Amino acid sequence: MTTTDAEIVQFDNVGLRYGAEREVLTDVSFTLYPGCFYFLTGASGAGKTSLLKLLYLAQRPSRGLIRMFGTDAITLPRERLPGFRRRIGVVFQDFRLVPHLSAFDNVALPLRVAGVSEREIIRPVTEMLDWVGLGDRQHARPATLSGGEQQRVAIARAVIARPDILVADEPTGNVDPDMALKLMRLFESLNRLGTTVVVATHDLHLLGKVDGSLLMRLDKGRLADPTGALRYPPRRESGGIGFADARGPGAPRLGEMDSDGLA
Amino acid sequence: MNSWPLPLAGATRRGDARLLPQGALSGPMPWVIAIMIALTVVAAGSGLALRNAARAASADLEGGVTIQIVSAAPAERNRQADAALAALKGMPGLASADRVAQARLEDLMEPWLGTRPGDDVEALPIPALIDLRLDGTATPERLAALRARIKPVAPAARVDAQSAWLTPVFRAIGALQWLAGGLIALLALATVAAVLLASRNALGSHRATIEIVHMLGGTDRQIARVFQRGMAVDAAVGGLAGFLFGTAAMLALGRAFAPLGSGLASGAMLGWIDWLALGIIPLAGIALAVVTARLTVLAALREML
Repeated sequence: MTTTDAEIVQFDNVGLRYGAEREVLTDVSFTLYPGCFYFLTGASGAGKTSLLKLLYLAQRPSRGLIRMFGTDAITLPRERLPGFRRRIGVVFQDFRLVPHLSAFDNVALPLRVAGVSEREIIRPVTEMLDWVGLGDRQHARPATLSGGEQQRVAIARAVIARPDILVADEPTGNVDPDMALKLMRLFESLNRLGTTVVVATHDLHLLGKVDGSLLMRLDKGRLADPTGALRYPPRRESGGIGFADARGPGAPRLGEMDSDGLA
Repeated sequence: MNSWPLPLAGATRRGDARLLPQGALSGPMPWVIAIMIALTVVAAGSGLALRNAARAASADLEGGVTIQIVSAAPAERNRQADAALAALKGMPGLASADRVAQARLEDLMEPWLGTRPGDDVEALPIPALIDLRLDGTATPERLAALRARIKPVAPAARVDAQSAWLTPVFRAIGALQWLAGGLIALLALATVAAVLLASRNALGSHRATIEIVHMLGGTDRQIARVFQRGMAVDAAVGGLAGFLFGTAAMLALGRAFAPLGSGLASGAMLGWIDWLALGIIPLAGIALAVVTARLTVLAALREML
């Protein structure tokens, strides 16, 4: 299995089990392309977080093949993982902010890890915090921030380094609808700059609010995509749509799908 | 936000310091290191002092030879002593040969025999002593040559190397030096164990943060650098305190031994090279702690994905 420049992530018959338990992901195959916007849905326990863990390289699969950025991610030497991880922004479901760091330092963390000088950190981090509405809370520690504020810090941290892939696990779960929409706009603007975005969410209202976004739905650990576009290899017989065409004029948009397509 | 800000260039290590809480390893660590360094300084200082004492005594005695003329008759004793001195004159390798004066002998005997008026010390069969200094060491061969030279004129003479009297003392000093070396090795091991435990404890405490840093692309070396920096600070503080305490203890011991005034104690002074060697101990302690912390953290991180 090889990935081309047009494929940023490729899963082929991937299975994942924790210990001796049954598989939480079974025969998952899909391809993510640069600059595309994906929603990942599914009931609780469907395997969304496990799939995201594989995507942000926090977990190795029990079986199957995964290629990322043209490289076999299964056999990737451990010392090369940091370089790959720096290309992936992650919004964790539980935020995972560093408790002893201020909001500013939490957002600056990916830049510091990447070796950006302190002088070059101040402006982008300040701008990012302003953008998520936390410009006046940049010195606050996570413990003093509300759930929504913590979530916005987590999002700012995930996108500050302009990753090639942004993986967000329920990124709008703790914010009001206005802020949720604003955050989606942030993801969209990042997406327009070429970042592939994968958002796992329960919020079906969000799905139609990002033009050109595509859906991945997990059901009991299996990927069930209503468009047929996400399968690897692309299922062209489904409306003749391969994923390379998915963002073209003929591709189905989430907004055009009926509710059956989401459920 | 119109433009996406992000030059990922200009690598710096300053930012590493903020990856984990400052003082991540603190707690009792500086105190533990201070105690270890203080004990090491005292052990090493004692070992060096013993070595100096042994060397000084050895240097004093290595060419020293004592000839005793053991005869009950004072006149015969004197005759043989004079004959022996005469026989030794001009002997190659002999630096000096002096008969110990009778007054000096009586002074030496005074603590044991007393000096009450009217005592006739001459009535005691005190041997006549001749103090010889050879060029170089008094080897068994040279002693045999001495014996052969004076035997015909002084048959009552007994020839002994002065260093032979202190051989048991040198052996004891050697054993004490080994003990000091063993103590230093044990202290180093204890320091390594303490640092290992502290590093693992700190890793456990900050595991969540470390996982986040990992997920954000942080490398093992970046994380290890934070830990080793914290350990270096702790070890530097502890090392300095321990060195000062250990040095004070050594100076106090020196003052306590100085009034003894014996040859062995006065030879146990520490020279500037010795103090320099003691000064290296805290530096070595810091290096040991830092390397141990780094290796411990790297080994633990390798178990994470």
